[in-house]
Amino acid sequence: MTDTWIILGATSSMARAFARKLAEEGATLYLAGRDMADLEASAGDCKARGAANAHAVLFDARKPDTFTPIIDAMGAEEGMLNAAVFVGSMPDQADIDADPSLIDGTVTDSFTGPARFLQMLAPMMEERGGGTVVGVGSVAGDRGRVGNYVYGAAKAGFHTYLSGLRNRLTRSGGHVVTVKPGFVDTAMTWGIEGMFLVASPDQVAGDLLKAVRKKKNVIYTPFFWRYIMLIIRSVPEPIFKKLSI
Amino acid sequence: MRWKTESYTGWGRALTATGDIARPERASALAALMKDSPAPAIGNCRSYGDACLNDDGRVIDMTRMDRVLSFDEKTGLIEVEAGLQVGEISRLYAPQGWLPAVMPGTGFATVGGCIANDVHGKNHHGLGSFGQHVTQIVLNQNGKEVTITPKNAGLWKATIGGLGQTGVIVRATLQMIACKGDVMMVTERRVDGWDEFLQVLDDSKATYTVGWIDATAKGDALGRGILEEGETGAGLLPKQKASKKVPFNAPHFALSKPIVKAFNNAYYRRVPDHGRTSVKPINDFFFPLDRIHDWNKLYGKRGFHQFQCVVPIAKAPALREMLEMIANSGLASPLAVLKRMGPGRAGYLSFPMEGYTLAVDFPNRSAAQLLISKLEEMTEEAGGRLYLAKDALARPNRMKAMYPEWKDWLKVVKKADPEGALETDMTRRLELRSA
Repeated sequence: MTDTWIILGATSSMARAFARKLAEEGATLYLAGRDMADLEASAGDCKARGAANAHAVLFDARKPDTFTPIIDAMGAEEGMLNAAVFVGSMPDQADIDADPSLIDGTVTDSFTGPARFLQMLAPMMEERGGGTVVGVGSVAGDRGRVGNYVYGAAKAGFHTYLSGLRNRLTRSGGHVVTVKPGFVDTAMTWGIEGMFLVASPDQVAGDLLKAVRKKKNVIYTPFFWRYIMLIIRSVPEPIFKKLSI
Repeated sequence: MRWKTESYTGWGRALTATGDIARPERASALAALMKDSPAPAIGNCRSYGDACLNDDGRVIDMTRMDRVLSFDEKTGLIEVEAGLQVGEISRLYAPQGWLPAVMPGTGFATVGGCIANDVHGKNHHGLGSFGQHVTQIVLNQNGKEVTITPKNAGLWKATIGGLGQTGVIVRATLQMIACKGDVMMVTERRVDGWDEFLQVLDDSKATYTVGWIDATAKGDALGRGILEEGETGAGLLPKQKASKKVPFNAPHFALSKPIVKAFNNAYYRRVPDHGRTSVKPINDFFFPLDRIHDWNKLYGKRGFHQFQCVVPIAKAPALREMLEMIANSGLASPLAVLKRMGPGRAGYLSFPMEGYTLAVDFPNRSAAQLLISKLEEMTEEAGGRLYLAKDALARPNRMKAMYPEWKDWLKVVKKADPEGALETDMTRRLELRSA
């Protein structure tokens, strides 16, 4: 693979695992996020594992002026352009209840920020006639629940955006994979009560790569979340509204 | 940083700790933790006893800090984060002709753990211990990063093999050795008994040498086993089989006397009388048991103990006496290893000394504990020592007597961690931090 991949939110453990797999296949990587020291370390790791090249780049979903330099740099790369989006933030629902202004940031981090970036990237992908976008959403976006419905709503918005982007990029030979992970063993879920069937980031990254190769549209990872969410989605609203799951 | 309260064990699973665990993924998160709440670091918990436990306290799990930071393909110098597993380094670099100079018996051990226990491998007679090939270490002491090299004589020697008491090992630079490729040429031959075993170990010219011993064989067969010699090479490999996993705790009779005896007999005869040479993937030679994930569950929920000692060459007869006692007890498991050690060691509390080392696993039973205590006494009498990475049972005075440089270690550690924030169950049990 001589493709170029931009990884948004590359400091997350899921993104790290995915970038490593791409590195071992020889991709050129742009690792984007806010913690530059950490991104530099990951770039070193990717190079040491076989990436054609790896760059740490500053990306802040809430600061659109950080987008342009990345888009420009990617434009200078040869071959197909690809993107994987791992950004998002999940404040405690209780904190949001106390300070509703937190909604704006959550939606920017999890939906509008990355969507705006992809919107800038899409024309370049169309021009080159290919490329893949991997968008990481969440099972939380499948149905609003009392525990985290703001985060869920942002992810639901992102899912819908990705489905539209897929519709658009397909016409020029591109592809979009929507990924809905269940519980993954990351810093975000570490020590939270009530986790079950927790998957490792490495397992999820393997699923992502497989989905990219097979041009899957929407995947749940691990796969059984498809069935769990099927059940959760099919509970009639009059009953669902009384549940606390 | 969130803390997760959990019970965890060392590889032997005989001792358990319950406490808060943090698992930072970035150096900045680790630095914040060490500033607010300094705690000992743990890796993949591959030490057997309580070196990686802090009951009722906090620990920092380093396994997510596992990146290669830089690699120089000309010199073989590699800088890695402490949570990177040794087997991952050989998987990545053996095909490119570089190998960690020293690899322990499991590839799942982290670099931080290898340093803190100054581990050795099948080439100890030639290249010494793991710590001798480390060129630089970055420690975090109470939130501050400190870079040390062998020039920091005291702090360096107290860090290598020092059980993590001088600060959390954040990253390290290793000097790898050149290898011909990621294939191993392995020669196995039967050895009929004790005297012959010492002879072949002394005579072996191979880079990598290890002896498997049938610890159930008695009488004339005492000390019989298989000598394995290996060299790295290049070439094609037979097709790989998938690794297996032990899904649950085995019942206590799984490793009972008749089963172990039968297994050992078959294992011994598996190698033809005239020996054999085969080609193996490099990680299969170095980490044979890693292909069975969670093999420690074979010992059931009570876990097991590994006894490992080293005695000076002249005291080989004492080691023979120990093996005789083990064979007569009928308590041993199939896992028993005999090796010749060179003098190489890098820290005050490093295990190696020139001599022979014997390692035997025992299911965790009271009879086994009594036997181990007797073996420890014999080790002390022979002027040998016990391996801290394996130990779960020894008493403070005996252990301190075996490590003549323990006081030098203590002096440095007291300065590095005056509050005792990095103490573990092991340092408390062995009273290593008090004179």
